Amino acid sequence: MSKRVLMQGNEAVVEGAIAAGMRFYAGYPITPSTEIAEQSSVRLPQVGGTFIQMEDEISSMAAVIGASVAGVKAMTATSGPGFSLKQENIGYACIAEVPCVIVDVQRSGPSTGLPTSPSQGDVMQARWGTHGDHPMIAVSPSSVSECFYKAIRCFNLSEKYRTPVILLMDEIVGHLREGVEIPSVLDVEIINRTVKSSEGHQPYEGDIHEIPGWHLNGGGRYNITGLSHDLSGFPTNSNEITDKLIRRLMGKIEHNADDIIEYEEKYLDDAETVVLCYGGTVRAAMSAVLEARKQGVKVGMFRPVTVWPFPERRLKEISPKVKRIIVAEHNYGQIVLEVERIVKNDCKIDFIGKVDGTVITPAEILKRIKEGK
Amino acid sequence: MPAELINKYMREAHLPHIWCPGCGHGILMRDVAQAIEDLGLDQNKICLVSGIGCSSRAAGYMDFNTIHTTHGRAIAFATGIKLARPDMNVIVIAGDGDIAAIGGNHLIHAARRNIDMTVVVFNNDIYGMTGGQFSPTTPTGDFATTAPYGNIDRPFDIAALAEAAGASYTARGTAYHAPLTIKLIKEGIEHKGFSLIECASVCPTYYGRKNKKGGSVELMTWQKENCVMSDKAQHMSKEELEGKLVIGRLSEKDYPEYTEQYKKIIEKARK
Repeated sequence: MSKRVLMQGNEAVVEGAIAAGMRFYAGYPITPSTEIAEQSSVRLPQVGGTFIQMEDEISSMAAVIGASVAGVKAMTATSGPGFSLKQENIGYACIAEVPCVIVDVQRSGPSTGLPTSPSQGDVMQARWGTHGDHPMIAVSPSSVSECFYKAIRCFNLSEKYRTPVILLMDEIVGHLREGVEIPSVLDVEIINRTVKSSEGHQPYEGDIHEIPGWHLNGGGRYNITGLSHDLSGFPTNSNEITDKLIRRLMGKIEHNADDIIEYEEKYLDDAETVVLCYGGTVRAAMSAVLEARKQGVKVGMFRPVTVWPFPERRLKEISPKVKRIIVAEHNYGQIVLEVERIVKNDCKIDFIGKVDGTVITPAEILKRIKEGK
Repeated sequence: MPAELINKYMREAHLPHIWCPGCGHGILMRDVAQAIEDLGLDQNKICLVSGIGCSSRAAGYMDFNTIHTTHGRAIAFATGIKLARPDMNVIVIAGDGDIAAIGGNHLIHAARRNIDMTVVVFNNDIYGMTGGQFSPTTPTGDFATTAPYGNIDRPFDIAALAEAAGASYTARGTAYHAPLTIKLIKEGIEHKGFSLIECASVCPTYYGRKNKKGGSVELMTWQKENCVMSDKAQHMSKEELEGKLVIGRLSEKDYPEYTEQYKKIIEKARK
């Protein structure tokens, strides 16, 4: 049995997160993500969890990491300006391998920008927002139902790979209200981190791409640091150990890309033109593709659900078979750079980018599909 | 016995520490260990949280659940830990720049919430790790590598700041007054709520040298000769207290504690 309810994207994130086992939320009010904090403040104590409104975005991220190292699944949510402030501690979670979920409901930037308008301008920030080489997973939902299920997936990936995961939303999806089936018995697997608890166990030990297993009070008295560290978790100045650490951190995502990456394809079999988009933009693109198909245009859609790591291998299979890829995104051109890097000269690349705070309409995408035909 | 204390509470494989000869931090770290020993606390039930700077290296040396976080954010990490595990004794070790400059916001808000944790500040009046820049506690007129013509900033009184923000226990000890400092840290740990023990450390390498105030012995002799116990200070005039450092217990209040209050929220929400 499931129940069908009218729900907002931001609310669905909270329900999904709680279903995944989130029992701690720390945040700071910011448009257009605030409903996630509000809903968490209502729902978490009902399930015995904890909500705290912190003094700022930085401390919210810090408290989330603190709760997670103490063994509790934790999440925070924010938007552009707050996402910038959280970056240092996101890097901490990367190097210390602390599972946690960060929701970024993107709004128009830079700076305060257009706080209530949609954007996808944080895509590259999601990948490279914190300093230094680091792994990153970012998942971009396109519907309210996906907000629920992708929130669960973010927690699962985060717990499995012991790394921060970004639920990369946009204002379109965050504030969208639509009917959604909430299952009474969860129809997806919930992954919990492995905790190796035997005494004398090295918290970061294992082979090159192995995932460590510890949390504070997990049996041994561990040390956790943002400094370069050895397998015991203690700081080191060794270049050799640091090299190994960074390669393992990057490798645990790279080598498991097939498990992590998710994408969606529509009408690619005979497609000559492919619309490539993600997040809220998918809705307009799908509408345009269906209309073009009705008019006899051979067009399909390719949609990275996991934006980072980018579904590079699959795109490289598609690109030689088509004439043109139209990248549509709400920014000045971010994912299109990744597409250009991967596709090279396999086919023509077209770009629709919007930076005025309005949404890309199906008509705009349809026009471009037909123009290049 | 010092040797027993080291065996039990220090991670000997990670010693010697990185602190300079004459630094006050080693004494203060020992005071924390002694306070925990005196209270007979379970090492597995202690979570020691630090930020970035000289003081924060203590976390790596001490054998508890330890986490060395980001600059200024130790209290914010500690807040998450305490809320996730209210049964843990959460102790924060932080420096003056760490807690009163970059981390000042977290200090006042954790104090305001009165969340149960004990913050031990190793205050050496200087940024030591980066080579002697002035900190929010460097006295006006003193010299630092970024105050070559004398410091025009006015210093924070960290304990008074915490008290004003809502901390329910504040105290001040020094590197010199070890038995007193141990007693104050013990009181802070036993106190239910946000407690802060500001400990005057000494930095002979940067602060002492830059200000021609001598080495460790001279700096600690200053502490010996210029500290006044808080109960005595109450009866002294402002003029008499000029140039003195008030030590001992400074304030103790009975405010509701945050994790206890949140337990009530859970009960309400589940009805």
